[in-house]
Amino acid sequence: MVDKLLTGITTSIVEGEPDKTVDLTRQAIEAKVEPLTIIDEGLVPGMNVVGAKFQSGEYFLPHLIIAASGMQQAMELLEPELKARQEAVERAGTVVIGSVAGDIHEIGKSLVGTMMAANGFQVYDLGVDVATETFVAKVQETNADILGLSALLTTTMTVQREIIEALEEAGIRDQVKVIIGGAPVNQEWANTIGADGYADDAVGAIELAKQLVG
Amino acid sequence: MRPKMNILSEELVDQIIAEGFELLMDPGVRVHNEEALRLLADAGARVDMETQIAYIPESIVRQALKTRPSEFYLYNLDGDPVVHYGGDSVQFDPGSAAITILDSETQEQRKPVTEDFVKFVKLVETIPQLDAQSTAMICADVPEEIGDLYRLYLALNYMRKPIITGAFRKDTWWTMKDMLVAMVGSEEALAAKPIAVFDVCPSPPLLWSDLTCQNMIDCARYRIPSELVSMPLAGATAPVTLAGAVVQHTAECLSGVTICQLAQEGAPIVWGGSPAAFDMREGTTPMGAVGTWMIDCAYTQVGKALGMPTHAYLGMSDAKIVDAQCGLESSGGTLMAALAGVNMVSGAGMMDFESCQSYEKLVIDAEIIGMAKRLVAGIERRDDPIALTLMRKLGHRADYLAQPHTLKWFNKELYIPSAVIDRGSMEGWKRKGAKTTWERAQDRVAELLATYEPSPISGELRGELHDIATTAARKFGMDELPPLPQD
Repeated sequence: MVDKLLTGITTSIVEGEPDKTVDLTRQAIEAKVEPLTIIDEGLVPGMNVVGAKFQSGEYFLPHLIIAASGMQQAMELLEPELKARQEAVERAGTVVIGSVAGDIHEIGKSLVGTMMAANGFQVYDLGVDVATETFVAKVQETNADILGLSALLTTTMTVQREIIEALEEAGIRDQVKVIIGGAPVNQEWANTIGADGYADDAVGAIELAKQLVG
Repeated sequence: MRPKMNILSEELVDQIIAEGFELLMDPGVRVHNEEALRLLADAGARVDMETQIAYIPESIVRQALKTRPSEFYLYNLDGDPVVHYGGDSVQFDPGSAAITILDSETQEQRKPVTEDFVKFVKLVETIPQLDAQSTAMICADVPEEIGDLYRLYLALNYMRKPIITGAFRKDTWWTMKDMLVAMVGSEEALAAKPIAVFDVCPSPPLLWSDLTCQNMIDCARYRIPSELVSMPLAGATAPVTLAGAVVQHTAECLSGVTICQLAQEGAPIVWGGSPAAFDMREGTTPMGAVGTWMIDCAYTQVGKALGMPTHAYLGMSDAKIVDAQCGLESSGGTLMAALAGVNMVSGAGMMDFESCQSYEKLVIDAEIIGMAKRLVAGIERRDDPIALTLMRKLGHRADYLAQPHTLKWFNKELYIPSAVIDRGSMEGWKRKGAKTTWERAQDRVAELLATYEPSPISGELRGELHDIATTAARKFGMDELPPLPQD
């Protein structure tokens, strides 16, 4: 019975059925399955399959995002259960992410955020056109390991530099790794402004984040 | 709605057909085949046995147009109807009878041998965009006299998809027919579920050679589909006006349909061709010329007006290497053929006019074909209302990537190419080795070949095919066929 529920959760993640994932997770909780077991033996194996299928070219971005969304919704159900047991999921790290002030582009940043969440990071997505001081405050509040800054325009990429300067002024620059992304951005720009890393796509960003916190 | 291109006005179609009929009476059609002349004479045509010219009245042709099938299917080895000749179905097979192969290592042309063609057949099997095989190259390691049947023999050992083929001699046709019969078990089974089509090529202007005419008659008698490949060369062997070249094509095809139906009423036959707009600078027959594409599309429209299944040699290039010219010419012809609704488009992989085949070009062309098929699938109303429900649900959120609606439809709405087409970022492209189209095509060829699954035919059947082909080879001084490559 329990095995069947866990397998069902895995399958629902792989097949991109978030409603089913949530429903089965709820059933598992009711059946007194340990929350960590649901995560480690139900949700995570599903995400691993989805990740592998994406890498091999069989799956595409919609599969990835829907699977991540199913995972996230299930986690929302599980968080109170974990708290009640005074347990916590082992996180890969904490990430604050957003598009910088003046930049309203959403897709790239959301994609990276969703995929990081699916890869075990605690992700705080601040949205678009995020004020520099908001980034700094959130990093302080969450004690974030990684700050992800997205800029799609040549006119807004300079804000990435301003945020790094603001972190220095706040005295927390060495507590957080800053990674940058966006169409006009490249490794050279990352070096120029003293960012800790750059990736040109979401998969690259995950690799980078894992390296930086590893 | 399926996007459809008509290149001729209805009035022009009518006049082209009317003039086609008139040409069959004056100057008439040269028919260098006695059996065909007899069939025509018996049907009431005036035949001059000395000059071998037949003057065919419209009434006989009209009768043939009543008995020819307007559609038929080709079957794969599992017996499934996988190619539909008729209506506006659009399907693709590789260009056929190449005399050279573009070497994957040196990028230079050389004579193909057994191993090359076997690799090609396997590759075609694995390319999802291709609907049929073709006897795509002529192997130089067997006597010329068995060049036609040998390539069919090889293909039959490795294929599942149906095949477009053709004979170079009168006697070898029978060997090829015997092999096809062996594949499906009986002549009746072959007629009921054909797995092959034979190209039959009149010579411009208005000539049926003995060989090709006999092939067509023999196909008709066994109800094996034949495909007319009329090839007016506008400005050289046909009028330079494009409409004039189509008139010549019409007359040649009408005479072909007539001879075919006189040999066997109801035999399947296809309105096809390989015309070209003569190159007035080089004196060549360009496949990448817009004039060539226009003649093809125009005769296709004429064929459809007469209710015929259609075929064209399109999607080829005159380039000598796989370069920008190669891509642009192949794209142009392929997209035009798809929009014209040509039932079978032969040409993928072909370059240097119609002389050279390339594995790499084949997998690049497969992407062009994928795009062309997507294009003619058209834009449909998937939901009703089209977007209101979804857009109101999301409001001003740009969250479409996370919607089940996107997951449901993206693969049907968007054509997703293989890695032959690079759509990564600059950095991503560099990380993967900064590869050119040619290099990515080489990777794709290797990737696809690794997925080839052996043909399901029995060892006994393989032996039978081998015996039939060997018997033919021995007539031309080859005691043993080259061995089949070991996997």
